[in-house]
Amino acid sequence: MLPYLLLAPALFVVGAFFLVPLAFSVGGAFEGPQGPTLANLANAASLYRMDLLFTLLIVVASTALTGLGAVAIGGYLTLGRSKLALRLLGAMYRWPLFIPFIVAAQAMRGFIGQNGLMNNTLVWIGLMPQEWAQSFLDWRGIVITFVWKQLPFATLLVAGAMAALDRSGIEAAQNLGANRLRILIGIVIPQVARNIMVALVLSFVTMMSVLSVPMMISGQSPTMLTVAMAWRINSFGDYGTANALGLVSCVMTGLVAWVWLRQAAAERAR
Amino acid sequence: MSRSVMWWLPRGLLLGLFAFFIFGPLVNLVLWSVAESWFWPNRLPSQYGFRFWERVFRPEGQAMESLWLSIWIASLTTLLCLAVSVPAAWALAKANLRWRAAILMLFLLPQAFPNLPVYINIARIFFTFDLNGTVIGVVLVHAAHGLVYSIWIATAAFAAVDDDLELAARNIGASALTAFRTVTLPLAAPGIAASAVFVFLESLDEFTASYFVGAPEVRTLPLLLFSAAAGGNMQVAAITALILLVPSVLFMLIVERFLRAEVLAKVGK
Repeated sequence: MLPYLLLAPALFVVGAFFLVPLAFSVGGAFEGPQGPTLANLANAASLYRMDLLFTLLIVVASTALTGLGAVAIGGYLTLGRSKLALRLLGAMYRWPLFIPFIVAAQAMRGFIGQNGLMNNTLVWIGLMPQEWAQSFLDWRGIVITFVWKQLPFATLLVAGAMAALDRSGIEAAQNLGANRLRILIGIVIPQVARNIMVALVLSFVTMMSVLSVPMMISGQSPTMLTVAMAWRINSFGDYGTANALGLVSCVMTGLVAWVWLRQAAAERAR
Repeated sequence: MSRSVMWWLPRGLLLGLFAFFIFGPLVNLVLWSVAESWFWPNRLPSQYGFRFWERVFRPEGQAMESLWLSIWIASLTTLLCLAVSVPAAWALAKANLRWRAAILMLFLLPQAFPNLPVYINIARIFFTFDLNGTVIGVVLVHAAHGLVYSIWIATAAFAAVDDDLELAARNIGASALTAFRTVTLPLAAPGIAASAVFVFLESLDEFTASYFVGAPEVRTLPLLLFSAAAGGNMQVAAITALILLVPSVLFMLIVERFLRAEVLAKVGK
């Protein structure tokens, strides 16, 4: 009995301030002035179909790029031979790890704008004529900010798993003359595939619920679902449609999380 | 010689590009914070100075008020999380619970779902309890989301403490509470401290919940950053962003010293 008493306060906090409002959110999606209805979902689908696709496109692209970057950096940290390059890379990639999304958004806003520091630097070193300078403050900017922010986290998980691998397989392949790209693809990645999945699922879910980045990087329509939800609330007090949109994004992440949980369960069964 | 250039050049270029990608946005923040005027077509600020820093750090300025409020909220959130997490984590680590895995998963849920729909409904519920726009309201929401760190890391920290040590203390006559207080808790303390820093930072940096539950009465630093950015005040936004950035980067640099490998290996297990 005692362990459950010790757990009770913590369970209460999560229950009252997360589970109950989550239930309200799901219920609210089907709530109309005259009882249960599907009108909210229909409204959300007709008004925000483009935003839904836009959100999916951005989050999938960011997740994919994050995964590629994490595997590339993790792979070099595992198989690289130059001590200096390893140290430099290891010291650099972690910097954005705990930087909040809103700070990342503010930093990027000035960096990738038409006359931002990035274009200015490229023009200044002569890599690019001034006329090519264009603003990335649209969906591309959101993707860049997401990748910048999530890459350290994903890399930490992936590189950690790679470092824990048994080196004998890698060394055997090296002795047989396999080059490092083949070792990465054929030996390292298959063994850490599950860790890569975990990193990607967590990144996907995180990016789905960020409000500050799409709001600050790109205000134009179409925009991400989080901005659409905030807009329904702040401008119309329309909880029905906002909750319907919330339900859609919960289902999207729920599907992704379900795939992960099933994998974790399969692993435990082994 | 030419071989070594051929060997270094691509690596150096790639590393340089990566450094540009990682640090470019941060340099941009620093430049904006000391730019007294920066207009196109100037590639760099045409006038530097600390005028905006002075404005932000004036004792009666809004930024200082927001900074203290943010620190206050983050401290209360950390205290609340630790108060409920230490007993819960001990139970999860040491007692043989049937629903252990499910309970651990439950605390992860707030991080595993899109938060925004939850926040708007909390704001709606809090409205009826007069908790909207109050510090307590913001603390409660931050705590629900910080719990995953404090519970998971503290559970791992307790699990990493050898059961025999506590048993030895019990054998020489210590009560269960004394054994916990003098043996288990001190040994788990570094991990618990690390979890406290996680919760503190999470609360300090939190934007979306504060935006729905706290604003406009409770104006934390991230909310101030957002309104400065929306109002086009790049300098104040950059300075506020830098204030938020410093603790996050410091924590990134020292986190490994806090979290020992044997604790890390047990997180979520």
